[in-house]
Amino acid sequence: MVASSLKLQELIQEIREAKTQAQEREVIQKECAHIRASFRDGDPLHRHRQLAKLLYAHMLGYPAHFGQMECLKLIASPRFTDKRVGYLGAMLLLDERQDAHLLITNSIKNDLSQGIEAVQGLALCTLSAMGSAEMCRDLAREVEKLLLQPSAYVRKKAVLTAVHMIRKVPELSDIFLPPCAQLLHERHHGILLGTITLITELCERSPAALKHFRKVVPQLVHTLRTLVMTGCSTEHSISGVSDPFLQVQILRLLRILGRNHEESSETMNDLLAQVATNTDTSRNAGSAVLFETVLTIMDIRSAAGLRVLAVNILGRFLLNSDRNIRYVALTSLLKLVQSDHSAVQRHRPTVVECLREPDASLSRRALELSLALVNSSNVRTMTQELQGFLESCPPDLRADCASGILLAAERFAPTKRWHINTILRVLTTAGSYVRDEAVANLIQLIGGAQELHAYSVRRLYSALAEDISQQPLVQVAAWCIGEYGDLLLEGTCEETEPLQVGPALGVHGRGTCEGRQGRPQGHPLCPRPLRKVEEDVVLTLLERVLQSHMSLPATRGYALTALMKLSTRLHGDNNRICQVMSIYGSCQDVELQQRAVEYNALFRKYDHLRAAVLEKMPLVERGGPQVNEEAKESKEVAQLSEAAPVPTETQASKLLDLLDLLDGPSENTQHPPPLDPTPGDTLIHLLDLPCAPLPSAPIPNLKVFEREGLQLTLSFVRPPGTPTLLLITVTATNTSGGDVTHFICQAAVPKVCRRPGLRGSLDTPGKKATKERRWQGWWEDEMRREGLQRQALGELQEEGLKLLGVEWLPEPASLCALSNLLCSEFPATATGPQWRHCSSPGWPSDDPAAQNPQS
Amino acid sequence: MSGAQVSGANSLSLDRHPSAHHYWFNWPEEKKIIKFFLMVNKQGQTRLSKYYEHVEINKCTLLETEVIKSCLSRSNEQCSFTEYKDFKLIYRQYAALFIVVGVNDTENEMAIYEFIHNFVEVLDDYFSRVSELDIMFNLDKVHFILDEMVLNGCIVKTNRARILAPLLILHKMSDN
Repeated sequence: MVASSLKLQELIQEIREAKTQAQEREVIQKECAHIRASFRDGDPLHRHRQLAKLLYAHMLGYPAHFGQMECLKLIASPRFTDKRVGYLGAMLLLDERQDAHLLITNSIKNDLSQGIEAVQGLALCTLSAMGSAEMCRDLAREVEKLLLQPSAYVRKKAVLTAVHMIRKVPELSDIFLPPCAQLLHERHHGILLGTITLITELCERSPAALKHFRKVVPQLVHTLRTLVMTGCSTEHSISGVSDPFLQVQILRLLRILGRNHEESSETMNDLLAQVATNTDTSRNAGSAVLFETVLTIMDIRSAAGLRVLAVNILGRFLLNSDRNIRYVALTSLLKLVQSDHSAVQRHRPTVVECLREPDASLSRRALELSLALVNSSNVRTMTQELQGFLESCPPDLRADCASGILLAAERFAPTKRWHINTILRVLTTAGSYVRDEAVANLIQLIGGAQELHAYSVRRLYSALAEDISQQPLVQVAAWCIGEYGDLLLEGTCEETEPLQVGPALGVHGRGTCEGRQGRPQGHPLCPRPLRKVEEDVVLTLLERVLQSHMSLPATRGYALTALMKLSTRLHGDNNRICQVMSIYGSCQDVELQQRAVEYNALFRKYDHLRAAVLEKMPLVERGGPQVNEEAKESKEVAQLSEAAPVPTETQASKLLDLLDLLDGPSENTQHPPPLDPTPGDTLIHLLDLPCAPLPSAPIPNLKVFEREGLQLTLSFVRPPGTPTLLLITVTATNTSGGDVTHFICQAAVPKVCRRPGLRGSLDTPGKKATKERRWQGWWEDEMRREGLQRQALGELQEEGLKLLGVEWLPEPASLCALSNLLCSEFPATATGPQWRHCSSPGWPSDDPAAQNPQS
Repeated sequence: MSGAQVSGANSLSLDRHPSAHHYWFNWPEEKKIIKFFLMVNKQGQTRLSKYYEHVEINKCTLLETEVIKSCLSRSNEQCSFTEYKDFKLIYRQYAALFIVVGVNDTENEMAIYEFIHNFVEVLDDYFSRVSELDIMFNLDKVHFILDEMVLNGCIVKTNRARILAPLLILHKMSDN
């Protein structure tokens, strides 16, 4: 290389002098042309120099494939200088994807058997870098021979080549397994390191080998103990730790051998304790060993005391001043948090400390770990900490942090009020980072907590007054103001929860739950004395939301509907609201326009229905864990069927609600009783249904409700010839002894289902009621499923119509039939059914049954 | 309840790697401990690159650019480990030169961190106070040293004197 290095150095100089990328490219292209020419001429004297230059160009990212054949020639050359560059070139340029690589098999074979250490080393090195399966098969015997060579230099390389060969051709394990036992007795660290890698590889590949090598555990233990205890030879020690790399490798092998094996784990216990206590952690090398020890302890069947010791080591790592060590500790605690929850839990304060790390990779891990550590006993304090973090954390962690808090709150919330407060606070601090479903979750939560309606609406109102830019918050607030506007204006309904305030908060007399947690004063959500809210102010606020350029279309929709609902909640006159509706009747946003036009119609043509249509949404009871489970399950089902962007959980609960609705009137109560867990099953069927039937296949009958003698069955008939027509018959059967009175059946279909026809008939009043409903859907190619479902749900949320069931009948072109709209009521008296109103404001019904209730 | 916890943790980690399945390097299935070894300076010029798994040359350049970018974007305050695609980067900075090692997820980060330093010490021994220029102009020797220390993605040898011994013998041979 000495003679030729000048040329290579000149090239490097030239490249360095290039000012721009273009110049550099020019220099290299010129030189590559020279090299090509020289290769073509077949100049053997300068070949290695040319290849060296080419390799330099290769490193800079220029194509160098034309040097492949030259590598072969150089390897075959008897001169060592040539061989060296040739092998280097082969390692860098050749790989098993090119056929050329097979051509060097023979050269390597020759070099391996030649007996010159340096050459053998080069050949082994190249073989392990680029040897293909075919080469490995051809050369396995040669490598096996070298494993037992006297020269340590060659032996250690042969061992690692064997590792490569096993990876490529697992059958070769049989050849390389027997020499391992002997190689383990080696004192040379390099060979030992290689052998342990080889055994690790073998054990990971075959259970038989694993069993075989369990015998050597005592020997490994002995080797490691010697390493740890006898102090270090200067030769192998790194900053006072004797050969940490070998220690790490042995520990890793022990981990594999001891995993799920009582006896081996037993043998290692003492040693591991020894390593854990005797390793000096002031140096990086020591930490590496200790870290590996911890992983091994946690992975094998070690004694309980040892496991605690290991977790404590990690806890100590967390306090280390070296951030690399803290990173490692957080990463491994995260892995352990599932298996050793309580041990990790003890380090919670330190973990929470780590949230303040300036390094994002550390604080991200600390966040994940903190979230994993939340449980029902620490949820209040942890949420407090996490919310503090949420306010200050880097933007890319916000979404994770927010959703983590919401998840934890949902799982462990001690009270509903606390839960509502928590979500609210997340929405105010990181509103734009939460997922859409948070809105629906909160709405559902508030809806379900009747005693907190007034409280929530006032809190939300004041939050909204502070800031109308956080979309999710605005949406929830708008919904609540619309829904509970009357409570907001009354302003008397605060004392639903006993006051438990410290003197400082006593003045305010509300938001007591927060008082306990010592929320900092001055926060937008902080309890404060609310002035009496004026109707006009509320309307102005909602109008501001409608007009704000920051509002999303969906937010405007919420606000518009809220205004509409307020028309029945407020006592003043509705002129202002009417005005807004007529203004938005010509809005450019189609969705908004449609709503406004419909609401307008409600004011003008159907004013007598307005109050009924805009009634409060029914309460949603979020029952015990069982119902939650059901909801989760149905959520999954819904996700499978590519359900809407509208949070499926709400949808599911609405469905639960439908069963309640059916149930409620039969008991003649205003509010539905708590849910019976059983309807959950039927629910799932309801959601399941769409996946099952093909359009042409008959749809099986569906029992949607059964309770206290009242049973509801849906049956489906698709008359041949009219594929868009689906007849749904609802059969309500009363098997109880007494009469059913005040039987109300409410239903909703999406707008795409044109004119649901309704026919009702009632046999044997009070005993059996059959209603047949029929509608025609039409082919709507462009309408996406999401759009449909949203619309359907929008219906029920915003217009106050009650959803009875949502179902998809997937047709090739997405014909969708959502079951059931229509409000009808027929007190089953002796005189027969009385239809009170069965048309909806959306579709003036032309059905004879609707117009002629006495049918 | 514990099931719910698990799924919660999963969802978090999924969020973190939205594109985990869409990266453009297709590492072969076999698990190499060390995937690549790079020496790149602050200007983003590669001084040494060694891949223990096959990567197309145009992808190499792209990978090197992205790797050095992600290292440069980190401050001294931050730890020396970072995640990139589906593997971990462990890096150390010596003057203007970054040494970056890509490893798989199960590797002991601290050990590799120590190994990088060990490698630099060996270079220091050989070149007596190594500089970036030494590495540029003696690329073949640096490769040789690296091959002595890492074979097939595994650490072979860390003993300084023994690593350099064969190289010194080679010098004698080629001098003759």
